Amino acid sequence: MNDMSSEGYTTADGRKIGGTLMEMKNITLRFGGVKAITDISFDIKEGEIRAIIGPNGAGKSSMLNVISGFYIPQEGEVWYQGAKRPQMKPYEVARQGIARTFQNIALFDGMSVLDNVMTGRLNHMTTGLFAQGLWKGKAEAEEVENREKAEKIIDFLEIQAIRKTPVSRLPYGLKKRVELARALAAEPSLLLLDEPMAGMNVEEKEDMSRFILDVNDEFGTTIALIEHDMGVVMDLSDRVVVMDYGKKIGDGTPDEVRNNQAVIDAYLGVSHD
Amino acid sequence: MSDNLIFGAEVFLNGLMAGVLYALVALGFVLIYKASGIFNYAQGVMALFAAATLVGIMKGQVPFSHLINAIFGTEVHYFGWHLPAILGILFTAAVMVALAWLVQKFVFRHLVGQEPIILFMATIGLAYFLEGVSDLMWGSEIKKLDVGLPQGASFWLEENTQWMGFGNENFYGFFIDKLDMFATVIAAILVLSLVIFSQYSKQGRAMRAVADDHQAALSVGINLNFIWVMVWSLAGFVALVAGIMWGTKSGVQFSLSLIALKALPVLMLGGFTSIPGAIVGGLIIGVGEKLFEFAIGPMVGGATENWFAYVLALIFLVFRPQGLFGEKIIERV
Repeated sequence: MNDMSSEGYTTADGRKIGGTLMEMKNITLRFGGVKAITDISFDIKEGEIRAIIGPNGAGKSSMLNVISGFYIPQEGEVWYQGAKRPQMKPYEVARQGIARTFQNIALFDGMSVLDNVMTGRLNHMTTGLFAQGLWKGKAEAEEVENREKAEKIIDFLEIQAIRKTPVSRLPYGLKKRVELARALAAEPSLLLLDEPMAGMNVEEKEDMSRFILDVNDEFGTTIALIEHDMGVVMDLSDRVVVMDYGKKIGDGTPDEVRNNQAVIDAYLGVSHD
Repeated sequence: MSDNLIFGAEVFLNGLMAGVLYALVALGFVLIYKASGIFNYAQGVMALFAAATLVGIMKGQVPFSHLINAIFGTEVHYFGWHLPAILGILFTAAVMVALAWLVQKFVFRHLVGQEPIILFMATIGLAYFLEGVSDLMWGSEIKKLDVGLPQGASFWLEENTQWMGFGNENFYGFFIDKLDMFATVIAAILVLSLVIFSQYSKQGRAMRAVADDHQAALSVGINLNFIWVMVWSLAGFVALVAGIMWGTKSGVQFSLSLIALKALPVLMLGGFTSIPGAIVGGLIIGVGEKLFEFAIGPMVGGATENWFAYVLALIFLVFRPQGLFGEKIIERV
């Protein structure tokens, strides 16, 4: 349990960051003979925005998939909320309060924006199959309550105007925002964002950055995000892990990382030998 | 009113009733297709299996008795009880849930992410396997199923519609089987509850989510296996209802599984993904084939009921491949 008690810190802009929420210990992930991740350790503290960056193919997405349970690492341990996490299915990880978005947007295309966001509330619905089927008392009250929470998030992310629109009709940038809304609707303890700004224009990137900061500020949500655009990440995050070729080459505040020679080499392209 | 017009009206009504039975079978297809993208060829056999199981349980037949007797040289056939229909139906429903679980655990769980054609082949295998199991468990003879459903012509309806003949003395009122009317009511209730379930319940919402995107469904905490078992159970239950109706009408026998083929044109019309579509499609096919037989049949030598549905489906495939209510197929370039 001493992982929980590990010290928090205060950020440059005066936000108080809590103890360790998640800790990855010596994670190694292989696909057949290929090592996607080699012996990586880092932690995520409560209330911070933690970024994982690196050039393409560095293993960032693999790392996110390990955290969210989509990949099972061959070696290493995942500690979450002070306890070692046993091997879990992705849906079980989600039920533990870890929500995520996907690099190649995974929305429910057949549903409206509101319905998509409501699926994020599924784990907060407790009434059983039959009570729900009969649509009575508790089930109804619960539906109303969940609906209100979903609407609040829709307001927060400024997508009220499209709440009834089928998501398949939305442009790319808005889809990304709906995906964020669905993840937020789960009221996660840890929010994982897989390249939230990939494929966006400058204006959309600025919007998304603002939303990420607002979410962290307003709900106190711990956020771990992956991005290969260095500029955006440095402005956004409190601490940064840098990966290259499946290995961790840097870890620290944006300023520390920016001045790290290994990181500069990885990004500017020094030959690996 | 002329004889022909009145007879035509009666054919229309009976067509509607037959359509309801087609729709019941099609409904089972739609459920599984919507949630897992599997076209379940075994749906008809599931109806047969459900009906045979119901008969067996009600009669107190020992399952696999032929096999047991052949191996151990015993002579067991019956437990010696007769269960009331309602208990029999409950037990059979439980058997269908167990079947759903087994099918998911031993077949489709291992085929996640495979091509649709492979999943389809698996259901063909499942159909023949289940047919064999059904014969082995309950014997292959034609069984009589009687769960106490009303049967025979409704005299009440005949008496109360006689005035519609408007003085035509050949008309004694409409002739409609009570079983058909009962089936219509049951189908309506079933469809209504399925629509409410899938639109408004937690599990229904999860079901639609799974149908749409597996990864995204996992990421919001949906247990895919649970949803699939649930869907197969629902389809099993629908198969049970269809099995009861068809079994009561024409006996529990192998040909029951062939009604699944009639459900295919129903699906072409209604769209593979629409629950109301399955119903409307069923009605159109039912009415269409009866009226066609009545109006055109005599000119071409009859037996049009055998092919009418398929030709209609073919026309739909050419001009409206997504069916009447199916989700529109939009290709973005």
